[in-house]
Amino acid sequence: MAKKRKPRNLRRRNAITGYLFISPFIIGFLVFLVKPMIESFRMSLSKVIIAASQKEGGNGFIMERITTWKESNYYRAFFYDPDYKNRLVDSLKSMAIQVPAIIVFSFFIALLLNQEFKGRGFVRAIFFLPVILSSGVIVGLEYNNTLMSGMKDIIAESGEGFSITASLETILRTTGIGGKILDPVFKIIEGVYDVAIASGIQIIIFISGLQTVSTSMYEAAKIEGCTAWESFWKITFPLVSSMILVNLVYTTVDFLMRTDNQVMDLITLKVNPQMEYGLSAAMAWSYFAIVAAVLGILSAIISKKVYYYE
Amino acid sequence: MSKKDKIQKRTDFWERNRKTNGYLLKKKIGEVGYRVIRAVLLFGLCFLILQPLINKLSVSLMREADLYDATVINVPRNWTLTNFKMVDELIDYWKCLFNSAWVSLLCAVLQVIAATLVGYGFARFKFPLKNFWFGCVLLLIIVPPQTIMSPLYLNFRYFDIFGILQALGKEPLNLQKSMAPYLMMCATCMGLKCGLYIFMLRQYFRGVPKELEEAAYVDGCGNLQTFIRIMLPDAKSMIVSCFLFAYVWQWTDSFYSKMFLGKIELLPKGLNSIAGRIDAYVKSSGLGTQASTGLLNQMISTGTLMAIIPLLILYLFAQKGFVESLSQTGIKM
Repeated sequence: MAKKRKPRNLRRRNAITGYLFISPFIIGFLVFLVKPMIESFRMSLSKVIIAASQKEGGNGFIMERITTWKESNYYRAFFYDPDYKNRLVDSLKSMAIQVPAIIVFSFFIALLLNQEFKGRGFVRAIFFLPVILSSGVIVGLEYNNTLMSGMKDIIAESGEGFSITASLETILRTTGIGGKILDPVFKIIEGVYDVAIASGIQIIIFISGLQTVSTSMYEAAKIEGCTAWESFWKITFPLVSSMILVNLVYTTVDFLMRTDNQVMDLITLKVNPQMEYGLSAAMAWSYFAIVAAVLGILSAIISKKVYYYE
Repeated sequence: MSKKDKIQKRTDFWERNRKTNGYLLKKKIGEVGYRVIRAVLLFGLCFLILQPLINKLSVSLMREADLYDATVINVPRNWTLTNFKMVDELIDYWKCLFNSAWVSLLCAVLQVIAATLVGYGFARFKFPLKNFWFGCVLLLIIVPPQTIMSPLYLNFRYFDIFGILQALGKEPLNLQKSMAPYLMMCATCMGLKCGLYIFMLRQYFRGVPKELEEAAYVDGCGNLQTFIRIMLPDAKSMIVSCFLFAYVWQWTDSFYSKMFLGKIELLPKGLNSIAGRIDAYVKSSGLGTQASTGLLNQMISTGTLMAIIPLLILYLFAQKGFVESLSQTGIKM
């Protein structure tokens, strides 16, 4: 009898140890994420009044349920607040341009950095540098820095035809080619700095994916008469397609969750000086819902195309 | 290689080229051309990334007059170190630096300890609802901290886990003024980007061969002992790099530090307050009513540079830890 029970005991002991190991996460998740999330959801549905002390109500604030749709915070966020909708549309639009640009750029750079050449480690280090510097406060300051634009004006005045891209842009525009079609391209070219500093981690992920592809495959393809172009599309691309999915999700999350994101900024602003707790919660929740929907749709589409080599 | 050999080699090349009807030369030219283009491209992009830093450095080393001088672009005409001294006066740089250093260290250590335990738990044990909890980790990554910001804030203002204190008939604690809330969050994996560290460490632990552990179990190690003696030394590089990320991101973070660590003078906070303080400084020293835009921006550039210099030094030494670790994890979905 004792012998029969042993495997079950082991399994149970395993389960208990497992739970012990992840217990910090469970506690934190319940206390510092689920509970505030429920509260914030309730806030988003009600009018929040800060109460002076504990006795007057619940947790230091009183919530009054709003029953009519017209008065609800969600309605106010989308139809009364002038900023919210605009900022939301803006950031989704720029996401639609930036995220593919970042993926393509980082894939391209990863292909280059995966080759052997002198100073490769140094170049890799420079491309990864923005990951360390471009988070939090420093990016915020970067945008506020009007000095650089002021200096650019001075330089533009003193030297004619200084910017090659700008003159190229005017030439292309005046000849009438493309017009609207080229607009996103110009936007990307103008924003190449933003793309470059946002793609540090993606480059590393792509490089790690590229290194798992065995060289014997390329050799075989070469012997069979494949050109480099063909072997890129037939070997490299399918084998790193799972990395594209990872990077896509990471980039989207990173882009939409940055603290300097316009929508995030507005949500913080509503709480801190303006004390509009309910409105801010409603904004945050609808934003979260939109982000989750975007992520879900994107990964559902891409994961169908991903090829797994086992 | 002697001169004779070189000549020999060159004639060899032409000989071979002739034999292949010029194919060799074409290929050689193509290869060299490709290399040159690649080098130019990479140099340009590296310059693009480094340019703001170089700009900040040059601005921080000039006098204000140089900013308005159109002939000065990057190399200052009047070198000076007064900008650095002035920033130090404005925000009490050394105090901020010291505070930032120990706060980030404390938070990063707590975060990494928690994330390592949890990551190991997810990677190596089978237990009911495991996938559900891992889904929760992924949820943690995508929930914007702003969503839960205000309830969390109020939660710590009137802190009372599950109403324990109320049941004992005491007033809830006001933890808003201390570091405790944030440390608690760090220790329970709710800190800055903690979901990501759990994910990375789990990925790493999954890749460690199971035989190592089994051998330890056969030799009589318990679960905890196996973890400490076998797995931890093995995952050292990964843990170190998670720590580095946690440290660096904590250092530059302004969201959490503004919310929870408002009482402590940290570098990001100091940077944000430069604009306000410089006006007061100018007014008090009787130079005018308001600081000029040039001076203000010079101060901000210098301050930013001073804030990131420690990170740059850290990166110089631990660059491998940052870069190589990520490629080791073999992230897959």
